[in-house]
Formats: sequence, C-alpha cells, structure tokens
Amino acid sequence: MKRIALLGMPNTGKSTLFNRLTGASAKVGNWPGVTVDLLSANVLLGTQTVEIVDLPGIYNLHGFAEDERVARRFLEDNPVDLLLVITNSTQLDRQLALVMQLQELGLPVLLLLNMQDEARRLGIEIDADQLAAEMNISVLPLSAKHGHGLARVREQLAALLSGDSAARKADINHAFAQDDALERRLDAVFSRSVKLPLAASERMTDRIDRLLLHRWLGLPLFLLSMLLLFQAVYTLGAPLQDGVAWLLQTVREQALAPALRNWDPVLSSFLLEGVFDGVGTVLSFLPIIVLFFLFMAIVEDSGYLSRAAFLMDAFMARLGLDGRAFVMQLMGFGCNVPALMGTRIMRSRGLRLLTMLIVPFSLCSARLQVFVFLTTAIFEPWAAPLVLFSLYLMSFLAAFLTALLYRGRLSNNEPLLLELPPYRFPTFAQMWLRGWREVAHFLREASGFILLGVVLVWLLTHYPFDAQPAGSDTLAGQLADLFAPLFQPLGIDSLMTIALLFGFVAKEIVIGALAVIYGVGDGQLGGTIAQHTDWVQAYSFMLFVLIYTPCLSTVAVLRQESKSWRFTALAVAWPLALAWLLSFIFYQAARWLGF
Amino acid sequence: MNLNELSPGRSATITQLPMDPDLRCRIQSLGLRIGRRVAVIRRARMGGPLQVRVGTTDLLIRPQQAVQVLVK
Repeated sequence: MKRIALLGMPNTGKSTLFNRLTGASAKVGNWPGVTVDLLSANVLLGTQTVEIVDLPGIYNLHGFAEDERVARRFLEDNPVDLLLVITNSTQLDRQLALVMQLQELGLPVLLLLNMQDEARRLGIEIDADQLAAEMNISVLPLSAKHGHGLARVREQLAALLSGDSAARKADINHAFAQDDALERRLDAVFSRSVKLPLAASERMTDRIDRLLLHRWLGLPLFLLSMLLLFQAVYTLGAPLQDGVAWLLQTVREQALAPALRNWDPVLSSFLLEGVFDGVGTVLSFLPIIVLFFLFMAIVEDSGYLSRAAFLMDAFMARLGLDGRAFVMQLMGFGCNVPALMGTRIMRSRGLRLLTMLIVPFSLCSARLQVFVFLTTAIFEPWAAPLVLFSLYLMSFLAAFLTALLYRGRLSNNEPLLLELPPYRFPTFAQMWLRGWREVAHFLREASGFILLGVVLVWLLTHYPFDAQPAGSDTLAGQLADLFAPLFQPLGIDSLMTIALLFGFVAKEIVIGALAVIYGVGDGQLGGTIAQHTDWVQAYSFMLFVLIYTPCLSTVAVLRQESKSWRFTALAVAWPLALAWLLSFIFYQAARWLGF
Repeated sequence: MNLNELSPGRSATITQLPMDPDLRCRIQSLGLRIGRRVAVIRRARMGGPLQVRVGTTDLLIRPQQAVQVLVK
C-alpha cells in the first residue's frame, strides 16, 4: 500500500485536514524509530487504498524540538510515497522554508495553501500557478475547516500516486548552510508569487486581544472564563454521570443480583463488587471525558490557550511551568483524568511530565464529596466552609511545592515561543471527533488497568472469604494493622486506613466504604465518625485523602500518557510521601499545641 | 539595542541573532529573521512575556529570549 506523510507547521489546520481526509477511521499506531503515538488511517483515493500518517507539527526539518526529531526519525525509518505539506496561506513568508526543506528530500510533494478564507480577509493575494512554477511542485488552495478544495486535493493525490515509483526512506542531512541559501530563495519566490496588502487593516483578533490581554482586565477575565468553562463541563457532566450511575445500579439490582442469587456467594460478590464495579468505574468517566474535550477543543482551537500562557507566564515560569499548565491544573479541579489527557498540548516532554505531576493535587469533585461529608459531620456549621477552603489552599500549595521541587529534574529545555494565532471557532464536527477519539483512547489504554485494580482491592477487602467484608480479619484489615505504626502518628486508626485503601480505587467510594467498615447505614455514618474521631484526626485524614493518589483511573491515565512505568511510580510514590508528611506535621503540631 | 528594550507600539529591524543554534533555528522558523521588521504589541505584567509581530505572525516570547534578539 502507498503511504502519504502529512506534514506542516503547528497551527496550519493539519489535524483538521487529516480528520477531513480520514473521518473517524484513524487509529493510533506504533512506527519504527518513533516513540510517540501517530495517527494514521487507510483512505480510498481513486481506485487505490493509501495510508495517510499524521506527523507532528514541525517548524523546521532540521530543528531540535522533540516533535521535529520524531518527524525526522519517521521519514528516515519509514518508506513514504508522497509528502502532503499543508501551510497557512497568511504566513507563507516563513512557512515556505519548511516546504523547501521537505522538497530537498526528493520525494513527490503536494503543497496545500490552507486558510484561503483568512488570507482573502487579510487582503493577501497568492498566485498559486506562479508559486507552483517557481518551486516546481503541485500546489492547491484549500480551506480545510470548511472543506473547500478537498475534492481537488483527493484527485491530485490519486493522480500523483498513480505511477509505479517505489516508496523511499528519506536521507536527511543537517546542513545549516543550505538552510541559509534556502532562505534567500524563499524571499525571491515569495515576492514573485504573493502580494501583501499595503497597509495591514486592524484585525478582529487585535480588537479582542485588546480586551482579553488587557493589563488589568486580562487576568480576571481569564479566571472568569475558566470558571465558566469549568461550570459548563461539570454542570453538564454531573447529570450524565448520574445517569450512567443510575443505569449501572439498575442493571446491577434488577438483572445481575437476582441472576446471581443462587450462585456461590464468593463468586457472585467477585462478579458484582469486583468485575461489574470495575467496569462501572471505567464507564463513569466517559461522559466527563467527552464533555471535557468538546470544550477543550474550543479553548485550544480558538487560540485562547496561548493567551492564557501570556497572562499566567510570569508566575508559572517561576515554577518551571507555563500558563497552559495552569489551565490543566484548574481543569483538574473537576476531574484529574481528562486534565491529564489534556496535557498533550504541551510538546516538551519535561514540561508535560511536570504538569502531569501537579495535576493530581487538584481537589477533584470526587474528593470534594468526601470532604463535604466529613466537614459537615465533624465541624460546626460556621467552621465547615473555612475547613473546605483551607483544603483548596492546600491543594494549590501541594502542587506549587511539587513543581518547585521537581522543576530541576523534569527540566523544560524548550524556550517558550508560542504563536498567538487569530481567534477561530472550531466546527462542531471537529469538537465531537476529538471527544470521541479521546474516549476510545481511554477505553483502550486505561480500562484493563482500572478493572484489574478494582478486582485487586475487592480481593484485599474480601479475603479470607469467611471474614466480614472490609473487616479487620480480611487482608485489608491485616494490611492496616501492618501499617498501623505508619498511620498512628497521623491520628488515622486502622479502620480509616482500610478506607484509604478503598480510596485508592476511587474517592467516590470512600464514604460508602466507611459505612461498610463501621457497619452502619449511610444515615448514621456522620454521627458514628464524629464519635470515633475528633476534628484533628478528621482533618489529618482529609489532608491525606487530598494529597495521596487520587484514584486508580488517574494512575492508569498517568501511565497511558507518560508511557513510562518509572514516571507513574514517581507520580504515585511522591504524593503518598507528601501526604504522609503534611498529615504528620499537621497532626503532631495540633496535638503539641494542645488541640 | 535588543527586542526586550523596545517599548510596546514600536517596531525595529532585526540585526543579529547571537544565540545558540537550537534557539536560532526555532526563532527563524517563526519568522524572526535578520532583516525583518518586528513590532512589540504588548508585554505581560510582572516580567511576563512579550507579544511581538513579524509579518502576519504574532508570537509570544519571554524576556530571556528577547534580549538575544538584537534590533535597530
């Protein structure tokens, strides 16, 4: 099968074109020499099926950025029949340099001049025929977003691939001297094929920027829009999640439980509380992932994300991060899982890993449930909101402390040089495809791990099978006794330690687990806990819950995204250590002060 | 003088890019090349990045990198 490599600079509409050409059939695949996931799809062009591979956006074929290395390695290690190069028509003055570099590889090239509509609006006139003659390649205009010109692209691709020429691996040399000569040629080609307007008219984007990047209003507007985004994702998401929970509960009670009634109790408990609840945990994340990426597509494609970087950079740079990390951290307050997946926008691996290390400290809605329950049970009505607020502060503190400690190790060697693209609005199809693809990715990569973890915790809390589930005679109870010397200095008794073990799976089940552990109904749980623990113990417990591993799904996604068990181990071990340390300091200090 | 010293609303011509090849490679690909006109649109508060414009491209650049872009 013939193979097309799709190449272009960032912000040229490359992904949009790829989606247009391939629809939803694209898959993530592994390629020789390349460590990151690349999307590819088989497409029917004319009479033959060809494979299109979406390479990461690059600025320079000879560049040093990670994405540039990936693209180079791909072209060196995988035979390709044709390079499909997409450019932003409004920026040909610099984008043609990349095209010329790619042309030197000696492979057939089809050059696409995308964003024709924007170029026209700016008064930029491009003579495509002149450009094709000057550069001696095929050139086609395109508006990928609206699909204009797509049919001709398909025809031209089919025509260019109809010959019998064999696919070749590229031989990329690293001569910078050549690049300089290339730039001189570029200026000549550009001036003969492109006519720029004499005076640039003020763009809509400039007017919006004047407000959104305003010295004093910019930051409050940014925080406000983040709040609105957050509200939108989670107010829409909560009923959907409730719906999924209701559906699961119904299936469980109406169909599964009666069907398994006469089975061996251990087996039926394994199937219901192990396997089925594990599947339920995976499913409960799907609505929030789809919604998150629907809205992230807006923030990202609109160009606002680089504005967020502009506004927050002065602060985040001191932590070794940038403004985009802050957006993901904020989104983590809803749910850590999609926020971790969202870090993919950061192209530098160090920066991305550092962000992935701090996102799990964001107090997500599942942890909020635990805290709301405990603060109402333990604290006076006037104190409860203050306690909750202090936990939010601790959440930021833990994140910033972690960033400060690890910024040296996970160093971010790429300088912040971001483009501020004009404001654009993505089409609904683009948004939907994004959400759908992320869900498929999550199901494929993380579901097995989550299921395994849930079954493991089920085993710990149910074995030996004659003991009371989650009681002190089970493996979990024995583990809690074993760890007692570690948790006693935190004021956390062995019953609550078992609850922490449950909390490793998901924070939503901590309260339910406590009810099982104390052997009381949900109604009396608050009173029972208040009898067993004083406020210092309860706060120490909450601190621990806030900071240690948020949930199994987070761990699964940390693995999925980092592709490194070492990093995943660090991302589990460090928060555990920090949780212990902070709880210890708090509990001992409070006791020492006489509380 | 360098790009970091250029006040918002002003423009100048890039004369030299005395920096390591990695950075120069990236900066040139983004359009900041010797001989090009560059304008500073605005700067973020508290030592934050600059928004600069070269041709039709708007860029965000930190002061540490902006001082390495010499202009006239």
